Amino acid sequence: MFEPILLKRAALPQSQSIEVYMANGGYQALEKALREYTPDELIEMMKKSKLRGRGGAGFPAGLKWSFMPKGDDIPKFLCVNTDEGEPGTFKDRELIEKDPHQVIEGTIIAAYAVGAHRAFVYIRGEFFQGFKSWIKAIAEAYEKGFLGKNILGSGFSLDISVHRGAGAYICGEETALIESLEGHRGEPRLKPPYPAQKGYLGYPTLVHNVETLANVPHIVLNGAEWFASIGTEQSTGPKIFCVSGHVFRRGVYELPLGTPLSEIIYEYAGGVPGGKKIKAVIPGGASTPLVTPENIDVTMDFESLAAIGSALGTGAIIVLDEDTCMVDVARRTARFFAHESCGKCTPCRVGSGRILAILERIEAGNGQPGDVERLRSLCDGIAGHTFCPLGDALVAPIRSSLNLFADEYEYHIKHGRCIRAA
Amino acid sequence: MAVGQFAQQDLQRRAMLLTALYIAQEQYGYLTKEAIERVAERLGMSPGEVFETASFYSMYRAKPTGRYLIQVCEGLSCHLAGGAENLLEYLENKLGIKPGETTPDGLFTLQTVQCLAACGNSPAMRINDTLYTNLNFERVDSILDELRGG
Ligand SMILES: Cc1cc2nc3c(=O)[nH]c(=O)nc-3n(C[C@H](O)[C@H](O)[C@H](O)COP(=O)(O)O)c2cc1C
Ligand code: FES
Repeated sequence: MFEPILLKRAALPQSQSIEVYMANGGYQALEKALREYTPDELIEMMKKSKLRGRGGAGFPAGLKWSFMPKGDDIPKFLCVNTDEGEPGTFKDRELIEKDPHQVIEGTIIAAYAVGAHRAFVYIRGEFFQGFKSWIKAIAEAYEKGFLGKNILGSGFSLDISVHRGAGAYICGEETALIESLEGHRGEPRLKPPYPAQKGYLGYPTLVHNVETLANVPHIVLNGAEWFASIGTEQSTGPKIFCVSGHVFRRGVYELPLGTPLSEIIYEYAGGVPGGKKIKAVIPGGASTPLVTPENIDVTMDFESLAAIGSALGTGAIIVLDEDTCMVDVARRTARFFAHESCGKCTPCRVGSGRILAILERIEAGNGQPGDVERLRSLCDGIAGHTFCPLGDALVAPIRSSLNLFADEYEYHIKHGRCIRAA
Repeated sequence: MAVGQFAQQDLQRRAMLLTALYIAQEQYGYLTKEAIERVAERLGMSPGEVFETASFYSMYRAKPTGRYLIQVCEGLSCHLAGGAENLLEYLENKLGIKPGETTPDGLFTLQTVQCLAACGNSPAMRINDTLYTNLNFERVDSILDELRGG
């Protein structure tokens, strides 16, 4: 049984309070980082740990830190991405509501390493509980001298403030997040330049997911080698998997990266109710391509999922049993992305709407011959042609559904109803 | 670099916009013309700019809502857990309104929303700033009764 690292404290009563955090090893990593390491040594440590971003893209954290310009002559910023909105994902909310200080400690260490004196927490507007949790925890950290001027006598200073989003999934994308923080519409910027070069107000900005930062104190306390020994060669450390859909025990499971998907579904989540078979699994949130039963033993890490044409994404596993209508799943996915398309670029705005309209008519029994081809060509028109990755996030699951379950689509179109009803 | 050096830019008034809109919405109930104008004035922006930005975000309301804004999650995981449509239909019947509408007594407005990051405890809904999870019809009844009484 894997001993949880990130969720270890979450089960304790009053786990969100600074007293409980400190009584259980909290803020020792900060002290160690400030007293024993230079910023450059911490960046090296992060690189050695091979920690990869948990926000969906899996970019190596240490490398990103090293991209931040050195020196103290220009302001630098850090953003804590708490916008969690990828359907199926509910880990960051858990971390913030149950153990916010772990994320704050990771944030302070990261800010020290890259020389940022100002951090912003950007939290999804719907997360009111999480918002309150952030505010309270930050106030506690100031009181104890972990934030503010001259932290623990180190000469390093950091201020953190909390900013609420207002209901736009795209603001989780790092450049849209920065636009929103500046008080604009959350429309993504063209990359490059990346935020590490030009971010908030045009200054270098490090953006990290909540779960990524939660790992940082553990790496400082236990060492990069320890961290790299968990998981696989290329995907190190623990990961919080969110399991929902057709399983007995939905919820969060913290396990090493590289744990087989089948083990997570059957051993941890208790398998599929009614003894039903699995038709497909969405392995990493709504934007990741489907995994079919023949690949159910795939190990949940960046490289193994990429090898079978899918992605680890946010680690949000949605299980679909044999009675699930795949047209319906695709329609819901398209509805989400069409709804959340920011409208800035035409292929995404128009394309997502047309894909949704076709899927709706197929599901309603009014599918036209050639609709599958129409969907495919709409996907081709979006993929690689949009301003930001939201377009690709829509296309990936739709394409995989069309490829794997073409017969269901054709049946729907021909008979005007679902194959399951046959 | 001293922290104070960029304080002015940092506190650029524009960066206060999202917060200011929340405060205005709280005061006026929704973003009325006057609310937009007041925010614009305070931040040195034109009302058009304020409106253009506000309209991007779904949590800013251009119309009045009931005292309780019920937002039912229509995400995939809630649907798979037997929620979404069932829950929505139940609420529609119980309240006699469709999504986007408000009950005649001004108490409840019904809406659908995307995944609320509560899929592990789905089906889920939000009422004003409170998240409700693991819902079934009985629980919905008791939540509404409580709100009606309070
Ligand atoms: C459409 C879209 C939505 C995103 N939403 C989130 C989100 O809600 N939370 C998050 O941490 N990253 C999100 N990301 C990824 C961020 O752009 C960015 O890669 C991440 O915050 C970097 O942090 P990490 O390196 O720690 O993963 C999103 C990306 C895209 C394209
Ligand atoms: S799908 Fe409803 S909370 Fe995620």
